[in-house]
Amino acid sequence: MKRARLSLLLLWPGLVTLSLTVVPVLLLLRISLAPQDPSAPWGTGVSSEAYASLLAADSLRSLGRSLELALSVALISLGAGFPLAYCITRMRRRVQVLWLVFLLATLTLSDVLIAFSWQVLLSKRIGLSKLLVALGLMDQPDSLAPSVGGVIGCLVYLVIPFTVLTLYPSLSQLDRGLIEAARTLGAPAWRSFTSVVIPLTRVPAVIAFVLSAVLTLGSFVPPLALGRPEHWPMSVLIGNAALAGHNLPRASAMSVLLLLVTALLAWGAAQTLRRRAA
Amino acid sequence: MSIGLEVRQLSKHYGAQRVVSDVSLSVPNGEFVCFLGPSGCGKTTLLRMIAGLEVPSAGRILMNHQDITDTPVHQRNFAMVFQALALFPFLNVEENIAYSLRFRTINAQQRHEMVRDLLALIRLPDIGQRRIDQLSGGQRQRVAIARALAQEPMLFLLDEPLSALDAKLRDHMQVELRQLQQKLHITTVLVTHDQREAMSLADTLVVMADGRIQQIGSPTQIYRQPANRFVASFIGRSNLIDAQVEDRWRVNVGRASIGPLSVPRDLPAGAGVTLAVRPEDVRVLTAGDTTPNCLPGRVTFVRDVGNEIELRIDCDGREIIAATSPAAWAALSSTIHGVGSIGVLLPPESCHLLSS
Repeated sequence: MKRARLSLLLLWPGLVTLSLTVVPVLLLLRISLAPQDPSAPWGTGVSSEAYASLLAADSLRSLGRSLELALSVALISLGAGFPLAYCITRMRRRVQVLWLVFLLATLTLSDVLIAFSWQVLLSKRIGLSKLLVALGLMDQPDSLAPSVGGVIGCLVYLVIPFTVLTLYPSLSQLDRGLIEAARTLGAPAWRSFTSVVIPLTRVPAVIAFVLSAVLTLGSFVPPLALGRPEHWPMSVLIGNAALAGHNLPRASAMSVLLLLVTALLAWGAAQTLRRRAA
Repeated sequence: MSIGLEVRQLSKHYGAQRVVSDVSLSVPNGEFVCFLGPSGCGKTTLLRMIAGLEVPSAGRILMNHQDITDTPVHQRNFAMVFQALALFPFLNVEENIAYSLRFRTINAQQRHEMVRDLLALIRLPDIGQRRIDQLSGGQRQRVAIARALAQEPMLFLLDEPLSALDAKLRDHMQVELRQLQQKLHITTVLVTHDQREAMSLADTLVVMADGRIQQIGSPTQIYRQPANRFVASFIGRSNLIDAQVEDRWRVNVGRASIGPLSVPRDLPAGAGVTLAVRPEDVRVLTAGDTTPNCLPGRVTFVRDVGNEIELRIDCDGREIIAATSPAAWAALSSTIHGVGSIGVLLPPESCHLLSS
């Protein structure tokens, strides 16, 4: 009895979080089943109209773009974040702390601010293209945004701190003795990395990958600010449907779909980890 | 026997801190050598330099007359067993043992046979499919040895590999390791701080302290003829007794004259020397005895450790430890009852002179 009361006392943040998740999701589900009626955005009655609209080509295309964007951003940030995290763990303690503080500091910037900074960075008149021309890599200054590359670049910048901070603990606790053992057993340096470091950090790497993908799936401002409408992933369509189109049921239905995709991604990752561990 | 490993004037320092200073030694092929010394004496750093895991600050390392100082670790073909074993937790036993075979051109059939033979060699034929965390300490130990041997190394290096095992298993593994080494006739270097382990395994001991070699020799040589005070006190128990040279054949301990001994020619009469005597060589007699080489003393402490009696004897302010058999002590204690005054005999043939 006492124990039960104590657990309840300790569990309250979890319970609050749970209710703050469950209630909106229930609302979302309810609204997604409402008929579209701009005069009554909260809906009355039941209709599968919103879900039927998801089968339209433009909805499916935007979902495809969402997945494409999420996977490429996750892949790039893992590909760049892993070596970065590995390098950081091999630096002196104080330099490590500085790097971690710097990465945490970038997280304090809002993604709106970052997206518009990237717009400036990729602009024709004062942006990166000037530098590329000066270096002789481009013939004349040109605007580098809106473009898919701009969207991906900005999103990678946004999620890479999460990748590094997810990988850092396990990489810093990596048993260097195992790498040395591999070396004495005849492994060249790069083979000791692929055959020892990668298997040892598989779990945090998959987690970092899923985390980046999920963060990208939910991104709104960067694709809106740096991409053309034909680049827009589902998250932007949700925002537009809800804010501009006053079509809450459709926005809700798309959100539910995105939620399912996210859950599927996490489930798939858990399955890979389980299969490899067995 | 041909020289296998040769180390010439090897040094390692980190900034101003000298970890290994000017070490030279050679290991004949097929021999078992132990680096022995207290922790922090540089023995592990020396081993790691030989393995290629540390870059020497100065000096050369040769294997079979070839200079390998600049050869990268993975090309040396030296096997190493680490103190923490460093078995790969994400691979099973078989995959651990076969790890080094990834870097050789070898087909699946040969690979399977090699792993099977190695598992038979370590007498664990049925554990190939087990995970590392399913093995006992002794099994892990053997798997680590098998993994190291799979690459058919030129040199077998072991860094305190048995220190994590309990005393009984360690004894057992020492015997097993020695038998394995003799069977394969593989040149082996083992690092340990445990002198009992070193004595029971090695053909040759290299005793180290403060980054320097103190003495190289067979276990018997090191035990019987320690080169200096450090070796005498580190290897087994030793009484180190201050003495003065009397003449070419005798030294004085207090008023007693001990001899015949062979006193080095360059030491004049009156020069200070140290007499090293093992407790088990010290003999105790009834007091008042006028036997030569005998000091009067009083027993201050008696410790019964079962197979022997350890006596602490005060001889005019010098403490001498004697180890005697329970029977001898029973006979003696009945004659001296209560008084505690006895004679301490230092047999000259068991005394070893160290210059102070």
